[in-house]
Amino acid sequence: MPTFLRYARLKLQNWPDILFRSITRLSAFSVLVLLLAIIVSLVIGSMPAIKAFGFGFLSSTEWDPVTDQFGALVPIVGTLVTSGIALLIAVPVSFGIALFLTELSPRWLRRPLGIAVELLAGIPSIIYGMWGLFVFAPLFGEHIEPWINDNIGVIPVIGPFFSGPPMGIGVLTAGIILAIMVIPFIASVMRDVFEVVPALLKESAYGLGATTWEVMWNVVLPYTKIGVVGGIMLGLGRALGETMAVTFVIGNAHSLNASLLMPGNSISSALANEFNEAVGELYTSALIELGLILFFITFVVLTIARFMLYKLSKREGKVT
Amino acid sequence: MLTLYARRRLINWLSLGISVLAMAFGLFWLGWILFTLLQHGIPGLSVAVFTQITPPPGSAGGLVNAIAGSLMMTALGTLIGTPIGILAGTYLAEFGQRGWLAPVTRFINDVLLSAPSIIIGLFVYTVYVIKVKHFSGWAGAFALAILVIPIVIRTTENMLRLVPNSLREAAAALGAPQWKIISSVTLRAARAGILTGVMLAIARISGETAPLLFTSLNNQFWSSNMNQPMANLPVVIFQFAMSPYVDWQELAWAGALLITFSVLTLNIMARVLFRQQASSH
Repeated sequence: MPTFLRYARLKLQNWPDILFRSITRLSAFSVLVLLLAIIVSLVIGSMPAIKAFGFGFLSSTEWDPVTDQFGALVPIVGTLVTSGIALLIAVPVSFGIALFLTELSPRWLRRPLGIAVELLAGIPSIIYGMWGLFVFAPLFGEHIEPWINDNIGVIPVIGPFFSGPPMGIGVLTAGIILAIMVIPFIASVMRDVFEVVPALLKESAYGLGATTWEVMWNVVLPYTKIGVVGGIMLGLGRALGETMAVTFVIGNAHSLNASLLMPGNSISSALANEFNEAVGELYTSALIELGLILFFITFVVLTIARFMLYKLSKREGKVT
Repeated sequence: MLTLYARRRLINWLSLGISVLAMAFGLFWLGWILFTLLQHGIPGLSVAVFTQITPPPGSAGGLVNAIAGSLMMTALGTLIGTPIGILAGTYLAEFGQRGWLAPVTRFINDVLLSAPSIIIGLFVYTVYVIKVKHFSGWAGAFALAILVIPIVIRTTENMLRLVPNSLREAAAALGAPQWKIISSVTLRAARAGILTGVMLAIARISGETAPLLFTSLNNQFWSSNMNQPMANLPVVIFQFAMSPYVDWQELAWAGALLITFSVLTLNIMARVLFRQQASSH
């Protein structure tokens, strides 16, 4: 076969390759397009509200569909406070679970327990919401909130945060249920990063006579701190955007209260409750702007989280 | 005073005890939630749940239109999202060594993976529902597809990376073009792992409520028209559970039981499948 013919045949064999590569690249590219489209469509959708309220939207507590006055402060505070409560509870518990799974548990129990924790992550959020509303909130309101009122509510500085009518539903309940939901996410990231620690480091510490706790606290945790923080941020991202579980138990009241026992509102529950009933362009647009704010907050948090996890995985396997 | 040695032992003992308690704390909620579901859900389960449509308050009925709607939208969402996810994941694993696109896509994908699902619903609402002026089953399926894509991309890439390079080199040495190497060697070797990812994605979207609220909404009647608002289990559960009617709440519990157990079964099946794949390597 003459050379030019052979080249022609090679060229002919080449085009399916180019086609295949282009299709896969196009699919990868579509993810970027998707993100851009989400941002652009939310910005366009919230334009009327942005024009009407400007930056005042972020600091106003007003939310009145009748007079078309909207402000985002109440839901933003609600979102941040519930997520904050969730992290306060979830981080220590997740650390304990990860410690148990990596250091203490007998080998045969690790897999079933790991799966059990992941099942907790698999339960749909609406189930947490129903369970919270029908089972947890009544018990909480009847037995725990009166106790909180009597014992923590009377302490001078933090008292006002913990006194109020024991209704069961409210910001604190939402925070606790969020905590239960994010525990599996944070715990499984922590477990994964703890397993990255070179055995050499741990064995050296044990060899010097350190206890399990000292190895954990002084060797494993410093080595993995970037990854641990990344995992916590990942859990925070989940908590910020969680909708159904919060909607059921937060109480959906557009008011700002110091007390955590009072009902409040979060961005996602405001959206879930009001979006379909919203009449008028400005009302809908204000809700879309709430969504844009939520997307912005979670985007920043998740970006930081991923950045930290990447940084840790780069160090993986390197003995320093 | 304790000696240094005793104090260290005490601290160690205490912290390990707390860690065991933390584990028990996590399992406690799982057990409690599952127990509640069984306790309230089983009395509500009956043949009517699977044969009759959602009732008005006060009369008997079932959930069959919601079950069918959920199945249809989940299936379509998976069918739309999976091919894009697999192709994009293939690009990241096989062609993603050079250039800017792969690292950026990987990063964005990881962010989208945990982005709030209600935002996806809002997005589909603004770009699709507003334009066609009505809620529809298609809109719901699109929203679910957008949730499927990042999950499938992540698992496809991870699974393809586990395929040993010697397989690729052997195929290349036989003169196979790259598309053939990827489609009939590497993708094939990673088949079970990718399937695991798809199953996890299905498990994730079949419980999603938030993105369906603004897209498919709900339908009291039997409808298999994807261009109409469509009933689906999560939204029906949400509406019925929030309602003051006891018989609606009972149906909501039955639906919740159904959904949770199918999601958990899918999760467990995916893990078992993945374990078999991993041990055969």
